[in-house]
Amino acid sequence: MEKFEKVSGIAAPMPLVNIDTDMIIPKEFLKTIKRSGLGVHAFDEMRYDRQGNEIPDFVLNKPQYRDASIIVAGDNFGCGSSREHAPWALADFGIKVIVSTSFADIFYNNCFKNGMLPIVLPQEQVDVLMKDAEKGANARMEVDLEAQTISTSDGEVFSFDIDPFKKHCLIEGLDDIGLTLEKVSAIDTFETAAAQARPWV
Amino acid sequence: MSPKTLYDKIWDAHVVSEDADGTCLLYIDRHLVHEVTSPQAFEGLRMSGRKVRAPEKTIAVPDHNVPTTLDRDNADTMNEDSRIQVAALDKNAKEFGVHYYPVSDVRQGIVHIVGPEQGWTLPGMTVVCGDSHTATHGAFGSLAHGIGTSEVEHVLATQTLIQKKSKNMKVEITGKLRPGVTAKDITLSVIGATGTGGGTGYVIEYCGEAIRDLSMEGRMTVCNMAIEGGARAGLIAPDETTFNYVKGRPHAPKGAQFEAALDWWKTLYSDDDAHWDKVITIKGEDIAPVVTWGTSPEDVLPIDAVVPAPESFKGGKVDAARRSIEYMGLTPGQKLSDIEIDTVFIGSCTNGRIEDLRAAAAILKGKKIKDGMRAMVVPGSGLVRAQAEEEGLADIFKEAGFEWRLAGCSMCLAMNPDQLAEGERCASTSNRNFEGRQGYKGRTHLVSPAMAAAAAVTGKLTDVREMM
Ligand code: SF4
Repeated sequence: MEKFEKVSGIAAPMPLVNIDTDMIIPKEFLKTIKRSGLGVHAFDEMRYDRQGNEIPDFVLNKPQYRDASIIVAGDNFGCGSSREHAPWALADFGIKVIVSTSFADIFYNNCFKNGMLPIVLPQEQVDVLMKDAEKGANARMEVDLEAQTISTSDGEVFSFDIDPFKKHCLIEGLDDIGLTLEKVSAIDTFETAAAQARPWV
Repeated sequence: MSPKTLYDKIWDAHVVSEDADGTCLLYIDRHLVHEVTSPQAFEGLRMSGRKVRAPEKTIAVPDHNVPTTLDRDNADTMNEDSRIQVAALDKNAKEFGVHYYPVSDVRQGIVHIVGPEQGWTLPGMTVVCGDSHTATHGAFGSLAHGIGTSEVEHVLATQTLIQKKSKNMKVEITGKLRPGVTAKDITLSVIGATGTGGGTGYVIEYCGEAIRDLSMEGRMTVCNMAIEGGARAGLIAPDETTFNYVKGRPHAPKGAQFEAALDWWKTLYSDDDAHWDKVITIKGEDIAPVVTWGTSPEDVLPIDAVVPAPESFKGGKVDAARRSIEYMGLTPGQKLSDIEIDTVFIGSCTNGRIEDLRAAAAILKGKKIKDGMRAMVVPGSGLVRAQAEEEGLADIFKEAGFEWRLAGCSMCLAMNPDQLAEGERCASTSNRNFEGRQGYKGRTHLVSPAMAAAAAVTGKLTDVREMM
């Protein structure tokens, strides 16, 4: 996985609450057996009409947001299904950071597996970032994962919390499976003991 | 020993290792796999030369894409992409040697219905699947939750998951339910009360007399929608109802082993003085038959209510409600029982079990669906279907005018040809009413099976109590 360092980019405002995974990637695109290439379908039903033409009003279709790498979103972003196609689509579009007051649990975890950083901030701070994002392409935000900060285009800086292990993996671009397999003897030991204690499993 | 919740107990019994920051490696007892979220995971294994660590604990079944029409063995009924995905599961299941129920097997069905039915799901287990409705299995007092495809690959390779513990939330439903009120109404009402983010960061334990009184089918319905409330998992302490359901299932322990298992299962309950981070209590008699009016499962109201005004909400929800009402083609103030529907879907991992079909058939017996109504029953598994035929339920549905289908996810998410057309309006027993969920611009009202049956007859969202 690519290492996550700093991100400086345009932030797209998506104030709607409860943006669900069906909105992020509708089910007809789940039939792929690959991980890549989903970016053009991100937010498909909001982004295109039935003939496949872009809907000009949709934020990511506006000229100033087409290269957005950050999304500032309403509450409970990514709710709904476990489909990793949602973060795959966003990552493939070029999104690196999503900011909201809260995320759905599975989506939140899925982001890290795909080199994306979800940032949770209190409502007042998300409101400030949302306003800043509405300024369009002139407003570049800076995200520094090492320092755990996000700054607005005016230089206002907010700190965010992140689980140290997740931070470490993101910065180093570490693959979870490789890390876990280093503990294979602990898994063996557990399995042997569990087979004794609960032989019916 | 300090008092523990049921979740604490199951968690503690599955920790392989714990880092200083609380990140744990959790052992997984059962891994369920379906065709949509697994191809990239198997491909990942292949690319890195890894094997499935515990194929005997891994169970695969195709469900999301498969056609549910009677001619489905004819591959023409599947579109090309679906066929590739199901074929990929066939190939991966064989190559990696996991348990497999192909489309041609009578035991095939929705993964969350097949698991419990075959006795794969047992109390005290950890169960995962690349599917958010894995929460269903929590009805057995197992810790069950959805995972993403990267995690599917992780579990396939290591039989473990990297996890941090969630907080404990108790949802108590006291007293008795009123007639016409079902498990679906309980679970929707809870989401209505807490919101879709209310359970975020928690594992919910459902308890109280109304929960105890539910059958296993009803308990699965309740836990199924824990995810719609934002919770990582939902669970219910196992009791005699659970043990009786499990006993004799193909993969449940037998004889002395069953007795040994029972001894442990009986310790699986929350201690009296256990710590809860959040508690919600709802009186069973306050719950009415409910319907959803919007495009989020939290948009729930009793059937005798009216479509709300967007301004009655707060914050970002005002716009969301306005958008929902527009999408749903409704008017604030309109009576919910005046909403006309053209489609009825009975099925899904929420309400595709035998008891759900019995409840719907009880309403439909001797009645016909409204002229022009498209109504279908999609049993949750081939075995549910067979049992319904044996009990005469299939005949009731068919005589009423319902299509009687083969098992699969079907119109719950409309990945197969069962879809709503633009503007169509469906009373559905599934779990999600998101925009486009059942078809582009389709409109979904979530209801219980009995309410769905009532709506099929009258052609409107209907208070089932008037038909009982
Ligand atoms: S029935 Fe619906 S919710 Fe259940 S597994 Fe299938 S698609 Fe998902």
